[in-house]
Amino acid sequence: MTNQGSLGDDASDRVQVLDDAGHVLEGASVPDLPDEQLVEMYRQLWLARHFDERMISLQRQGRIGTYPSLAGQEGAQIASTHAMADEDWISFQYREHGAVIVRGLEPEYLLYWMGHERGNEWLAEKNVFPLNISIAGHLPHATGMAWAAKLKGDDRIVTCHFGDGSTSEGDFHEALNFAGVFDVPAIFFCNNNQYAISHPRERQTASPTIAGKADAYGIDGIQVDGMDPLAVYEVTRQAVRKARDPADEQCRPTLIEAVMYRFGAHTTADDPSVYRDDEEVEEWKERDPIPRMETFLRQRGLLDDERIDAIQEAARERVADLIDAAEEFEPDPGQLFANAYESDTPRIREQREAFRALRERHGDEALLEDE
Amino acid sequence: MSQATDTETEAQDLTLVQAVRDGLYGEMQRDDDVLVMGEDVGENGGVFRATQGLIEEFGDDRVIDTPLAESGIVGTAVGMAAYGLRPVTEIQFMGFIYPAFDQIVSHAARLRTRSRGRFTCPLVVRAPYGGGIRAPEHHSESKEAFFVHEAGLKVVIPSTPYDTKGLLASAIRDPDPVIFLEPKLIYRAFREEVPDEPYTVPLGEAAVRREGTDVSVFTWGAMTRPTMEAAENLAEEGIDCEVVDLRTLSPMDEAAIVESFKKTGRAVVVHEAPKTGGLAGEIIATIQEDVLLYQEAPINRVTGFDTPYPLYALEDYYLPEAARIEDGIRETVEF
Repeated sequence: MTNQGSLGDDASDRVQVLDDAGHVLEGASVPDLPDEQLVEMYRQLWLARHFDERMISLQRQGRIGTYPSLAGQEGAQIASTHAMADEDWISFQYREHGAVIVRGLEPEYLLYWMGHERGNEWLAEKNVFPLNISIAGHLPHATGMAWAAKLKGDDRIVTCHFGDGSTSEGDFHEALNFAGVFDVPAIFFCNNNQYAISHPRERQTASPTIAGKADAYGIDGIQVDGMDPLAVYEVTRQAVRKARDPADEQCRPTLIEAVMYRFGAHTTADDPSVYRDDEEVEEWKERDPIPRMETFLRQRGLLDDERIDAIQEAARERVADLIDAAEEFEPDPGQLFANAYESDTPRIREQREAFRALRERHGDEALLEDE
Repeated sequence: MSQATDTETEAQDLTLVQAVRDGLYGEMQRDDDVLVMGEDVGENGGVFRATQGLIEEFGDDRVIDTPLAESGIVGTAVGMAAYGLRPVTEIQFMGFIYPAFDQIVSHAARLRTRSRGRFTCPLVVRAPYGGGIRAPEHHSESKEAFFVHEAGLKVVIPSTPYDTKGLLASAIRDPDPVIFLEPKLIYRAFREEVPDEPYTVPLGEAAVRREGTDVSVFTWGAMTRPTMEAAENLAEEGIDCEVVDLRTLSPMDEAAIVESFKKTGRAVVVHEAPKTGGLAGEIIATIQEDVLLYQEAPINRVTGFDTPYPLYALEDYYLPEAARIEDGIRETVEF
């Protein structure tokens, strides 16, 4: 069960550092991280969890659109992002808010969920590619970006997040196949949360593990406890190092399967009680990354009740400030036409002008009336 | 081109497919970020030899033989383009473009909008299109309308070697994704003088191939030749056709269409794609919107049939040729 943090040969050999209660497993080695960074990871776990709760609540109040919940999966995204350099690119599906939190959450990120492309534009400042709603469509992009970095002689690597459902898509196959053939510095990070909306992992593929699929592409595959931040950090760190600077005979790309569970619904539009039992959810909550990290840090003497209260309070204040700032944003309707092409085509010029005249004639209130 | 103004410009007589190759060569020479990728484009030089010799000149980092996967080719090229390269992908036949359709319409076309211009996709997807070469199933499609319908893409179809080189250069230098469809029926049908130096033919501009006063015939790509033949035949009957080769289908040269129609008041559109949902409908709607009162007769469409493209034994019946085009023009003129 415990593979001591090295990229094992057997994909079913799941890497774990902390047990379900947060105690370091016998024989496992804890990543050599400064105390402040370990506490920072914990702080970010709380920020992600609280952000998630508030976003769901905002959706219920009609203040944001459909939102995919992250609870239960934060540890994998936060720890894997800590293992990368800030200049390395992240390409994500849509649920991986934890990765964004590590790169520095700002009000702009909330704007995406409020229906503004500005959120995606802002992600680029954090070296995060626009999030991708179509499942697995971004995997070939990650391969291409990593390939371009290699061709240009840049030192950057790309980590691409996706879910278990993505692994059934053709683009998963094509992206990993190209990555292997052209040996590109990419990490394919599968957040296996057991369900693609309602469809369970075991009905997604007959493969015993997702990590094992790496064999078909001649690249390394590794399975890790995705709710164990320390194990995820260690596995990702090694994959990053190998992508950047492979030893002789080593391939650059790695497929990481992080085994985890989505505590909440697929999105705010989903009702998981239709397809899974509470009992199953409760069982997985035993492995919640937050209390595990908390136990570990308490044992190291890095956390106490007082510090935890302060961290939670700071997270609440931070998210409240982010929401206030995001809700002040006023979109410019002219943006509709701004980025279809670099320069307006004759038709777009004509439609832009017609739209301007339409707004002037009727006023926005009339145009935005429902029904 | 300025260096060649006072001396004779160096030029060669090239076929259309040689002009593709020449265009790629020139753009790869002038910009190190341009690379070519696709199936069999390297050592083999492409199944139509459109990339012949490029790998010897530029190496296998810039002339890349890929695994057999169209979505993988275009999808990875989207990532490369976002990173700052200028990939020119080859899809071996247009009938094989559908696995890449999602990457083209859901990603290449949308990346600029999705990121408010922070990421762009200066990508070219080249594909030989159209029928008439006795090829197996899926090798003869003419589905330009799919891509014209998608905002964020440009769609180009040349009909001469000179235009091919110049339009391809414009497509490669364009900041947005361009679908570049090559009329493989006329890849080697004729030669034309093509300057050795790189040059551009602007996107979005039609070319009047034959001036006339009685009827405007709008067409593009491989259909330009039978349309010109029809126009010459009809001239003997006293019908004076204006033939407009649109060259770029998105954005379409609306001004050229309108200008020609104002002169003639009659029009025929010729394309080998099926009639229903084809671009003839868009062209006719444009005329109705802009210059209805100039219209003197119903506008005819001479197109492929609304059937799946047949195997080759019957394909010559499917494709419009001069006789069918002449009938369509005559009907409009004699109305």
